[in-house]
Amino acid sequence: MEHMKPEEIVGLFKGKFGDSIIDSKIESKAEGVKKNSYNTIWLKIKLENFKDTVKFLGNIQFPHFAIISGDDLGKEIELTYYFSLYYGERFKEISLNITTFLPKENLKIPTITDLIPGAQTAERETIEMFGIKVEGLPDSPNLFLPKDFAKDTYPFRRDEKGIYPLSKNGKYVGDNIVKREEEVKKVE
Amino acid sequence: MSKTTYSIPIGPVHPSLKEPMTFNFKIYGEHIEEVCLAPGDNHRGIEFMGMQRNPVQIIYLAERICGICSASHPFAFCNAVENAAGIEVPERGQYIRVIIAELERIHSHILWAGVAAHELGFDSVLYISWRAREEVLDLLEYLTGNRINYGVFMIGGVRRDITEDQMPRIRKTLEYYKDIYGKIEDIFLKDPTIALRTKNVGVLTKEDALRLCAVGPTARASGIKKDVRQDQPYSAYADLKVKAITPDVLTGEVNGDVYDRIVVRLLELVQSLEIIEQCLENMPSGEIVAEKKLVKLLNQLKRAKGRGVGRHEAPRGECIHSVKLEEAETPKVWKARAPTYNNLMTWVPMLLGQQIADIPIVVASIDPCIACMDRVTILNKTTGQKNILTKKDLHELSVQKTRRITP
Repeated sequence: MEHMKPEEIVGLFKGKFGDSIIDSKIESKAEGVKKNSYNTIWLKIKLENFKDTVKFLGNIQFPHFAIISGDDLGKEIELTYYFSLYYGERFKEISLNITTFLPKENLKIPTITDLIPGAQTAERETIEMFGIKVEGLPDSPNLFLPKDFAKDTYPFRRDEKGIYPLSKNGKYVGDNIVKREEEVKKVE
Repeated sequence: MSKTTYSIPIGPVHPSLKEPMTFNFKIYGEHIEEVCLAPGDNHRGIEFMGMQRNPVQIIYLAERICGICSASHPFAFCNAVENAAGIEVPERGQYIRVIIAELERIHSHILWAGVAAHELGFDSVLYISWRAREEVLDLLEYLTGNRINYGVFMIGGVRRDITEDQMPRIRKTLEYYKDIYGKIEDIFLKDPTIALRTKNVGVLTKEDALRLCAVGPTARASGIKKDVRQDQPYSAYADLKVKAITPDVLTGEVNGDVYDRIVVRLLELVQSLEIIEQCLENMPSGEIVAEKKLVKLLNQLKRAKGRGVGRHEAPRGECIHSVKLEEAETPKVWKARAPTYNNLMTWVPMLLGQQIADIPIVVASIDPCIACMDRVTILNKTTGQKNILTKKDLHELSVQKTRRITP
């Protein structure tokens, strides 16, 4: 199979999705004594085109999916999906990291498990850690957090829904945990 | 008579995985009809803890994600931070990293072989293989000071050099493994009973492995030529000729069963020995770490801004760490993913249609730690009658099956 160059892949995405691509970057890393290099592509894409991007990626080759990482930016949550293409040959694999942004008032993202079933565990983790609704994924009890974990509390959030919200000077305070413990006591 | 299925929960305590596991099996007679996985009863929140520490402190936390992969996680994490902060590792440091990582692979694969033999009822093989594993643990202790949790990795390189007078000791261990490899291969690949218990058991097709994003020996045994050391050669692997090993190299065919997973791991033992030899021969001279002064390094990391991804082929498969640095003491994001996280789902197609007695070896075949098998309850739904199978009973069932089918 003829492999595309990273520039060609970025070009292909830009041609297809145009203005939806907020930013793109190609990184090359070379190590060892001989300094051969491999490539990583970083794409930032608008949420409305996210699913189509993953679908489009499948046209190139069935991608290997690694993990989702997230970051609470305040007004929105940034999710990065890590894929890779072209495994099987030395130095040929290209990592492709797709980042998208979800506004806090509407934390929803379509599932990609219909395209890549292996993504289910990672999607469930984002649901539990960030309180994001993944559309198309059936409800299930907590996989990572305890089954009786406090409702509407998400460990990786940095706002009032996090477990340790930040105080004004930027330090972690335990108010939220104390409050929740009191609530539990009241119920008991 | 109506069809009665039994429900068998296995787990949930599973101390050595990042996500402890519970299995819920629906059993009809001896056959597994439905598998439900429930991880995470003991999530330790390591990523959350890490995000309140500086990157150098995280290395030691990452080392403790898994006791066996205690070189893999710091390797991937250091790669990620170096990537984000733009630090270049001196070549000698890269070679030492690879030597430690490959020694770890040898000890992990032999440990796995022993566990697999134990699950089949070959306890003498367990003792023999774990005795053989001691040799590499002693070498790791000699080189790093510790048998596990080596404390060798540092952002920008390694903390301990491998000196010229340590070389003979390393070569002695390599010779030891070359000597006994023939015996190990003989026991695992030519024994008719092991073949009976592992061939066509726990099959994972190539399609399923791709769809479920399997990694490591689990994926390679199903015929996917995927190995980070080959696909994106990082560190000193960029100089070494590493090729992903699939079982057809030895047997000429790919079945994706437990036997193939044994084949892949045994061949990888030889591959690791070769990699270490190449490293020793071509080891460049020079510094082992980019920045020796810790205060200076921490200051540099505090000013760094950027994102980085580090990947490493751990004994169980691709281990990936992602870091986001934002000019602060602590990283804004640290995401760590162990290989078993991706291999979890492959248990479902592997276990469907198998027998209860095959659960131990199939579950062990992707190389998790199977301490979770300490207690099994068999519940008869219609009568409410409860039988508790301990790990001992389950193991006994497996041993009996071995005896039953051995001619």
